[in-house]
Amino acid sequence: MSGRFFGAAVTRVEDARLLTGTGHYVDDIELPGMLHAAFVRASFAHGRIRSIDKRDALAMPGVVAIYTMDDFADIAQGPMPPMAPHPLLKTPITYHPLSDTEVRHVGEAIAIVLADSRANAEDAAAAVILDVEYLPTVSDVALAHEANSPTAHSQHASNIAATMKAGFGDCARIFAKADHVLTEQFDIHRGGCHAMECRGVVANIDLLTDALTISTSSQSPYMVRRHLAAYLDRDENGIRVMTPDVGGGFGPKANVYAEEFAVALSTIKIRRPVKWIEDRQEHFVATTQQRGQIWSIDVAFDNNGRMRAIRGHCIHDNGAYAPYGLILPATAIASFPGPYALEALDLTVDVVLTNLVPTSPVRGACRPNVAFLLERLADRIARHLGMDRQDVRQRSFVKAEQMPYTTGLKARDGSPISYDSGDYTGALNLVLDKIAAKDFEARRKESKQRGKLRGLGIASCVEDTGIGPFEGASIRVTPAGKVIVATGASSQGQGHRTAFAQIAADALGVELEDVTVETADTAKFPLGISTIASRIAVTAGSSVQLAAHKVRAKAITFASHQLEVDEHDLELEGGAVRVKGIADMKIKLSEIARALAGSTGVPLPGNMEPDLAATAYFNSNALTFAYGANACEVEVDPETGDVRVVRYVVVHDCGKLINPLIVDGQIRGGVVHGIGNALFERMIYDEQGQPLTTTYGDYFLPMASEMPPIEIHHMETPSPRNPIGVKGAGEGGTIPAAACVISAVEDALGPNGPFIPVHPISPQQVVQWLKATR
Amino acid sequence: MTERSLTFTLNGQPREAKVDPRVHLGDFLRHSLGLTGTHIGCEHGVCGACTVIVDGSPVRSCLMLAVQIDDCTVETVESLGKPGDLSPLQQAFAANHGLQCGFCTPGMLMTLEAFLRTTPAPTEEDVRIAISGNICRCTGYQGIVQATLDTASTKANRT
Ligand code: FES
Ligand code: FES
Repeated sequence: MSGRFFGAAVTRVEDARLLTGTGHYVDDIELPGMLHAAFVRASFAHGRIRSIDKRDALAMPGVVAIYTMDDFADIAQGPMPPMAPHPLLKTPITYHPLSDTEVRHVGEAIAIVLADSRANAEDAAAAVILDVEYLPTVSDVALAHEANSPTAHSQHASNIAATMKAGFGDCARIFAKADHVLTEQFDIHRGGCHAMECRGVVANIDLLTDALTISTSSQSPYMVRRHLAAYLDRDENGIRVMTPDVGGGFGPKANVYAEEFAVALSTIKIRRPVKWIEDRQEHFVATTQQRGQIWSIDVAFDNNGRMRAIRGHCIHDNGAYAPYGLILPATAIASFPGPYALEALDLTVDVVLTNLVPTSPVRGACRPNVAFLLERLADRIARHLGMDRQDVRQRSFVKAEQMPYTTGLKARDGSPISYDSGDYTGALNLVLDKIAAKDFEARRKESKQRGKLRGLGIASCVEDTGIGPFEGASIRVTPAGKVIVATGASSQGQGHRTAFAQIAADALGVELEDVTVETADTAKFPLGISTIASRIAVTAGSSVQLAAHKVRAKAITFASHQLEVDEHDLELEGGAVRVKGIADMKIKLSEIARALAGSTGVPLPGNMEPDLAATAYFNSNALTFAYGANACEVEVDPETGDVRVVRYVVVHDCGKLINPLIVDGQIRGGVVHGIGNALFERMIYDEQGQPLTTTYGDYFLPMASEMPPIEIHHMETPSPRNPIGVKGAGEGGTIPAAACVISAVEDALGPNGPFIPVHPISPQQVVQWLKATR
Repeated sequence: MTERSLTFTLNGQPREAKVDPRVHLGDFLRHSLGLTGTHIGCEHGVCGACTVIVDGSPVRSCLMLAVQIDDCTVETVESLGKPGDLSPLQQAFAANHGLQCGFCTPGMLMTLEAFLRTTPAPTEEDVRIAISGNICRCTGYQGIVQATLDTASTKANRT
């Protein structure tokens, strides 16, 4: 697969608008008569609401209405439908659009205030008086896991919502006979997604038809429509959901949120447009978070460093609800065995409820967690045996000649999971070569002379991408010869419009500027799943190719009739179908489109189907596995504990690159997210479930001044599992990054330093660890 | 609350407006004047998305009240190039993939616009420090830094 545009680093068609302030995000929407919403949110982590007094608040300037769940009883009631039902969750654990009576985390929405301005709505929200019976709170997942813990849901007897198990092979036998066995405890901390645009929703109602129109800053507009329709007991046809420009997603915007429902219900009730824009404080207490897990792992390996089997138990912090079912713990399990050819695996994950904001996938979902475990174990084994870290990996990796490699685990449909292609050893060798690992000791010495401790870190990963079931696209050539691509895939900055235009322009022989891509509007394309899990290039990208090829075939059939030339002698170029080798024997696509749009009484040639258009779906029935190897260097200041990542090199293979500029951008942003997880991002709660880090003054995100340049090298092994040979690239940067940075820090601390099984690490910890080595 | 009258220069045009004293500059630009290019990312003064230029200096429009721009000169992202006629910095952002979702972009552009006026020949480190008050969650910053360096060196070569 290659063409004029596919594979080229073309600049993005999105950019001109976004650079000039003419993007259109949800908060840019203004509608006549629109009301502004603010939520009354819980300031406590667990309690039962006895009563809500809204009299004073209702009398405040500009206030139009204040609703609680009871006020919607004539429209709909009960908890929201689960996004991903799972047989292990017998009763779904989802929010109500507004809390019914029991509140289970700080920030849970209790009432919605509608006013003529956001400021007036917020003032009134602060004046709503709650009478609350406080309940025992549990905010620490390890405590929540204990049998006598207070429960996050007062009606539950235990916080363990589900226990998931998976594995393969005979762990008991291998552990009994292994040369070596080590046990380690890992603690991975919770952080957030922190898209620079918070969430937001604008809902409107058609007063004649009652039809709802919802604009939402979401990764899953079709799921919003589906679940809202089910909840309201309406046909989907009466609900249009679309995403305007979205200022970043990174996972949490894939949920269907209580606020989306509450705003829609308010619009139905008040029969006016309603806008709600999440502020940053709300984002810290009401948008899902991720990564909190405690693992206990046993690993069996042989004398030459080959990893043979892993036994693991995980306490997974799911927060107060499970809006996304068990997707995170399931992803954790599915991320094993990573690049390693294990003979046996035995995993148990306890999914534990706490009185904290729920967790759901954040860039990489649980793949970064598992990469952290596996890569840290590889380093640990190397240290135990006094071997090089890369030797342990290379002896333990799945080999290129073993591809396709059946891991031993089963997919959700019960089919065996198999890696399609890849060369993990080659990737690791390449990254070590690119970072010049063999000269590292000289650099370590040079840093030492400047009073800094330098360390080299390595980490590899495998990433399942392109998860099904499908995405689709329709392509239509207008009578003006313009190509309109519509797809259900929503965009949050990944440059989909450019990538899809590249694919369509190649297939149809037009220029990029002739293609317009419309994404994620249920009125323009009927079905969509979600922009999650590095799946859109594979699913939607392939569907654009399939649809474009159908349109191409149709144009050729038409031209073959008109020009009386065999179809094989025709090609598409310059916006026309032309006879190969005879430049002026051609018919423009615009003419074909006009002819196929029909004229009264004139039959279409060859009795063709009208319209130069086609729709296609790509059913992604088998995952395709991207992979990578990273290496980085850090400098540690022994006085202050400050850690600087000074070099970072990525080798990545995501199959064919549609647009290297965009892929590199995805990887760079992803790596920086992972560096944030390793060194900065720590969501802190006290024992009462009160969040203590709710501004960017307290919760640190990676800034330009702390980030290194990131060097990227691609290996391009085409995926055999889709027509365009691609694998996903959205998360491959993040997955190994925290593991890589921590590996480097551990190396910097030297042979007497501790094994580091946690992230993020703090300067204080680094200083303590260094003290202990002296 | 009684509204206050303001006169100021906005993107080169003299303007008059009335504003409620509690409204911050970001909201005033966005919601009263309809200039939605300026984005609000935190309202805590930390993310930099809301940065505009007031009397030549980059300021966080979420931390400044609208009434404070009386008699001032304000520049927003709308004062730079237009689609089809991008400014050199905007072009360099596109060429270096210095933006993904575009939410931080107006604040980045205005911070760097002000920076390049006072520091025409910056080093990479200068640029990184200049935007150390602007958060971008998408790009990893490298494209933004490179775009700025390219803009500065192109300009230096031209003059
Ligand atoms: S919105 Fe002003 S600094 Fe973030
Ligand atoms: S481009 Fe999305 S936050 Fe910077």
